Amino acid sequence: MTVGIVGYGAHLPRHRIKVEEIAKVWGADAPSYKKGLELREKSVPAPDQDVITLAVEAARNALARAQIGAQEIGAVYVGSESHPYAVKPTGTVVAEAIGAVPNCHCADFEFACKAGSEAMFVCTGLVKSGYIKYGLAIGADTSQGAPGDALEYSASAGAAAYIMGSENLVATIDLQHSFMTDTPDFWRREYQHYPQHAGRYTGEPAYFKHTLGASKALLEKSGMKPADFDFAVFHQPNGKFPMRVGKMLGFKREQLETGWLVPLLGNTYSGASPLGLTAILDIAKPGNKIFMCSYGSGSGSDAFILTVTDRIREAQDRAVKTRKLLDENKIYLEYGEYAKFRKKILKAE
Amino acid sequence: MRDVAIIGVGMKKCGELWEKSLRDLYVESALDAIDDAGVDHIDSMYVGCMSGGLFAGQEHIGALMADYLGQTPVPATRVESACASGGAALRAGFLEVASGMSDIVLVGGVEKMTDVSGDEATYALATASDQEWEAFNGITFPGLYAMMAVAHMHKYGTTSEMLASVAVKNHANGSKNPLAQFPMKITVEDVLSSVMVADPLHILDCSPITDGGAALILCPADQAKKLAKKAGVKILGCGMASDTIAYHSRGDLTTLGAVVKAAGLAYKMSGKGPKEIQVCEVHDCFTIAEIIVSEDLGFFEKGKGGAAVKGGETAIGGKIPINTSGGLKSKGHPVGATGVAQAVEIVKQLRGECGDRQVKGARVGMTQNMGGTGASAVVHIMEVM
Amino acid sequence: MSSPRSWRHYPQRYRYEAAVCTKCGKVHFPPRLICDACKGREFTTKTMARTGKILTHTIVRVGPSNFADQSPFAVAVVEMDDGPRITCQVADWNQGQLTIGQKVRLEFRKIYDEGASGIINYGYKAVPI
Repeated sequence: MTVGIVGYGAHLPRHRIKVEEIAKVWGADAPSYKKGLELREKSVPAPDQDVITLAVEAARNALARAQIGAQEIGAVYVGSESHPYAVKPTGTVVAEAIGAVPNCHCADFEFACKAGSEAMFVCTGLVKSGYIKYGLAIGADTSQGAPGDALEYSASAGAAAYIMGSENLVATIDLQHSFMTDTPDFWRREYQHYPQHAGRYTGEPAYFKHTLGASKALLEKSGMKPADFDFAVFHQPNGKFPMRVGKMLGFKREQLETGWLVPLLGNTYSGASPLGLTAILDIAKPGNKIFMCSYGSGSGSDAFILTVTDRIREAQDRAVKTRKLLDENKIYLEYGEYAKFRKKILKAE
Repeated sequence: MRDVAIIGVGMKKCGELWEKSLRDLYVESALDAIDDAGVDHIDSMYVGCMSGGLFAGQEHIGALMADYLGQTPVPATRVESACASGGAALRAGFLEVASGMSDIVLVGGVEKMTDVSGDEATYALATASDQEWEAFNGITFPGLYAMMAVAHMHKYGTTSEMLASVAVKNHANGSKNPLAQFPMKITVEDVLSSVMVADPLHILDCSPITDGGAALILCPADQAKKLAKKAGVKILGCGMASDTIAYHSRGDLTTLGAVVKAAGLAYKMSGKGPKEIQVCEVHDCFTIAEIIVSEDLGFFEKGKGGAAVKGGETAIGGKIPINTSGGLKSKGHPVGATGVAQAVEIVKQLRGECGDRQVKGARVGMTQNMGGTGASAVVHIMEVM
Repeated sequence: MSSPRSWRHYPQRYRYEAAVCTKCGKVHFPPRLICDACKGREFTTKTMARTGKILTHTIVRVGPSNFADQSPFAVAVVEMDDGPRITCQVADWNQGQLTIGQKVRLEFRKIYDEGASGIINYGYKAVPI
């Protein structure tokens, strides 16, 4: 059975904060973040936006492109590390809002920045098994970096939604592969507001080991080489890592740039590589081959090989495109407003 | 139906009355009204109160007030129609006397609003809107009336200066009323430079948070002379109407349909028309409300209310003096008491007791009281006997 | 707000489900048990289009206690393209977009929560388009 993407959609907050604005507050060197990590600005959720609201809007866009009834969706999986409730699923609210209840399987996933691709991986498998006709997979986050921490320059917000199925596909998922080990590079304990990370250990033994591991295994499995692809997208915790891993595997900058959103978006965690893929699908042509690889601390990577189908042409314009969300209607915040939006200001009880 | 007269009025100064409780406010004005009428008993009583529960944690206010007024076991009923509670209580008392059920009826209104914080008071007042489909989304009463102002300005060219003129006039009147909460005179510039509450309404476009009570004694008109010490004031017309609870459901966002309807009923019952009204107390919870109501009562053509107030037509000595008491704006707006307090002012005007703010020769007056964004409206027309 | 009170209205606050009077065709949002136009008592369910236009508006600068943290915020009466009118907040508006006639689309947003440990109430806000 051929399985793949029937519809996809993105949603981003309109608010942004520039790297300079954060650096100014902490006396940090903005040019080093801009140049060293290739970060210029990041999205910031408004106080009335959270993973649930971003996920619902992304799912509505995916439904508009899929042109299916929400009642046909048999599974709703939302991957995030910033679910609004510690106990009570994000997915039930999303399913209720889009009208997919009640005959539907639902679960929230968490695997640092990989939870979104995990949802895609599982939905694809359930469709392929015949258990469900369509599955909705969402990666969404409103991540928090501790004030003054390096993560504060990147932790941002956004959501990508995919409806997986076996007919009327806009792209087939030809192969997928997952690679994981226990690697404590980044974590957040229960009841803690901000995550902790292990500095440079998050690089070579964590991000690079797993993205390279999953990618190489999948390329080997498929018998394909980087030059066979039109586009590639990797998890993008900063601007530098995805470009470097792409280059290490043999991908060229032109293949990587379309899905490389992080310089203007920041790291949307569970939304990161899935959002990059939406930007690729927005401009892809039938027959294009796409390589995608996520990364989640802890650690693991999911890699996918996709082939764009003819139906992409009619689906692309049925909902807002990701680059439009990224580039238009931006509202820039000062650090004080940003701190208020992100509840970083202590108030009286 | 029997004709009904008001033979006694009672009211103390409105304000932030820290020493006084909900029951104190009602009982002291009720005692004043009983003394003013000179009656030795009552047969029944009403209490207009919007939200004893949210403002003072007290419901079952009818019995409470009968008890503290020393009037048990008379029947005592609380009437609630948001900010029209007082007007609705007067209507209930009027009907009880008119029907022949009782002879001497006490109608009082009361609200104790300062025992809660400002945002809690805003919340309590917002319960008079549609909780599920308006207040759920954060809208407040200043916000709802602000939207009315925006619509009226857009449709008729009403200006912020016209809105401010309402406040200026009412404070000028209130400065002559010893019972007013804010008796200071203000200027248009004061209003326009005051802090914005809900655009385009400034804080000086809004009525205040007020503690207060007011009371009336009603009896059959043909017993007024026998029972009362002072001239009776006959209730010629009584009209009440309802409208959609949500402001957004109104066909015309610049007209208060229930006010038009209630006024029509009162005019018809009284046999009087707008031209025969010599003094009127209207529900100026916000400056825009007075402008819209002055049109909907038929005093001015639709859309001309703003120009009329700016041109002095509603000032004392103008074509139709409105809110000689200072209105809700200056006198204060103890919400459940307001409808009754309006009647207190009109009775005093018609009895010629208003001193510096007296409308000379006034014999026929009107009160217009409303709840929410005008989902409840009560109009009374009165004439001195 | 108790969670059942919020939950009861999910079909409207989440999905914009209206009731269409089978007798006169008037679209009611929220649904009613009796049509205020023709007194009909039978209805069919219709999901409203998410778009409409601003009829009037304000900026609430002093919010009620459960919205105190959000002030100031914009509010409008919006006429939906399917006919019903609603009152809701306007989010993400730019200078010049809080005007009569402005086209808007409803987005799923947090309306308010019951403190840090209570339930989160979601619903619609209008975003200019």
